[in-house]
Amino acid sequence: MASTKEMKSVLFGPIFANNPIALQILGVCSALAVTSKLENTLVMCIALTFVLVLSNVSISIIRNHIPSSVRIIVQMTIIASLVIVVDQLLKAFAYDIAQELSVFVGLIITNCIVMGRAEAFAMKEKPGMALLDGLGNGLGYSVVLLTVAFFRELFGSGSLFGYQILPLITEGGWYTPVGLLVLPPSAFFIIGGFIWVLRTFRPEQVEAKE
Amino acid sequence: MEHYISMFVRAVFIENLALSFFLGMCTFLAVSKKVTTAMGLGVAVIVVLGISVPVSNIVNTYVLSPGSLSWAGFPDADLSFLRFLTFIGIIAALVQILEMTLDKYLPALYNALGIFLPLITVNCAIFGGVLFMVERDYDFAESIVYGIGSGVGWALAIVLLAAVREKLKYADIPDGLRGLGITFISTGLIGLGFMSFSGVSL
Repeated sequence: MASTKEMKSVLFGPIFANNPIALQILGVCSALAVTSKLENTLVMCIALTFVLVLSNVSISIIRNHIPSSVRIIVQMTIIASLVIVVDQLLKAFAYDIAQELSVFVGLIITNCIVMGRAEAFAMKEKPGMALLDGLGNGLGYSVVLLTVAFFRELFGSGSLFGYQILPLITEGGWYTPVGLLVLPPSAFFIIGGFIWVLRTFRPEQVEAKE
Repeated sequence: MEHYISMFVRAVFIENLALSFFLGMCTFLAVSKKVTTAMGLGVAVIVVLGISVPVSNIVNTYVLSPGSLSWAGFPDADLSFLRFLTFIGIIAALVQILEMTLDKYLPALYNALGIFLPLITVNCAIFGGVLFMVERDYDFAESIVYGIGSGVGWALAIVLLAAVREKLKYADIPDGLRGLGITFISTGLIGLGFMSFSGVSL
């Protein structure tokens, strides 16, 4: 069994030190479009973490039986089946959110974090560690996404989780919403800023000059 | 005909897969350092989207949609929950076939595309295009136009970003922003530029 220290670094490493979005450029694809509302983002993060943990564990369990020539297809099948489960659950219990997330739940299949972790970690490690790794990377992804969504919803429409925090000027309050933050490109600026802040505190992540 | 032209323009500019839906971002950010490689990847994406969207459309219409199996004697069957699995299988198989065909008949193009072809299987832009086709109920002709149009849009976006990044090399960027950070911000700016097309009504 791995030492506690090692387990900790596997679990918490991906949150800031080795963040999947800010450092490894994984899983940006389906992430940005769902961040205009905190509620949708939270559902998306839970869905992704669920798929990531289960796919990591199940691939890790059968890792010694997968021939390397067909491993991509095997991984894809496992991930796709898990995403189908998530999609059906969302449609059954949170239909409105499922409608708003539209194709992005399905896109978890091609989310590079899931494939990337399966390929880079779960194929080599024991199920226990793979579980922690999945959880850690899911958290790292969620931290970035929730930060982005927090700023976009608070300043873009003056609310959090749908509750009005800053009273809008149109409804007799004082706050003029920043329209830019409702538009999709604003997510890029916020992630760019997130990376800047992160790398200011962790200079070892700064990229070398070309 | 007008309907198809307006769909094409919409898929290329207004509903650009990369810049307004953020699809295929991983490859988009990772492979946009040089214009020539970006161009190669763009062409590959156009080809794969142009084939896989119509093929998925056929499979969806005749096998997966509720009631679509009536030609085989199962009018009540509803296989729509198998969509994700089937589509990803179709895309993976198509990419594989395309790779082998190109290798045999067009080795020059095959060498130019190189590593990008297999990478396309996990490119969200392809899968996203297919899912949008299903969600918007396109018919067969529409799906051809949409597949090619969205591919052209994605290719255009990645070539634009690569051109910007080639120039950015000479800029003096703050340490923390160098590399990935500034790429995100430039992508956002290009996206803002593309948003001005949304006023175009066709």
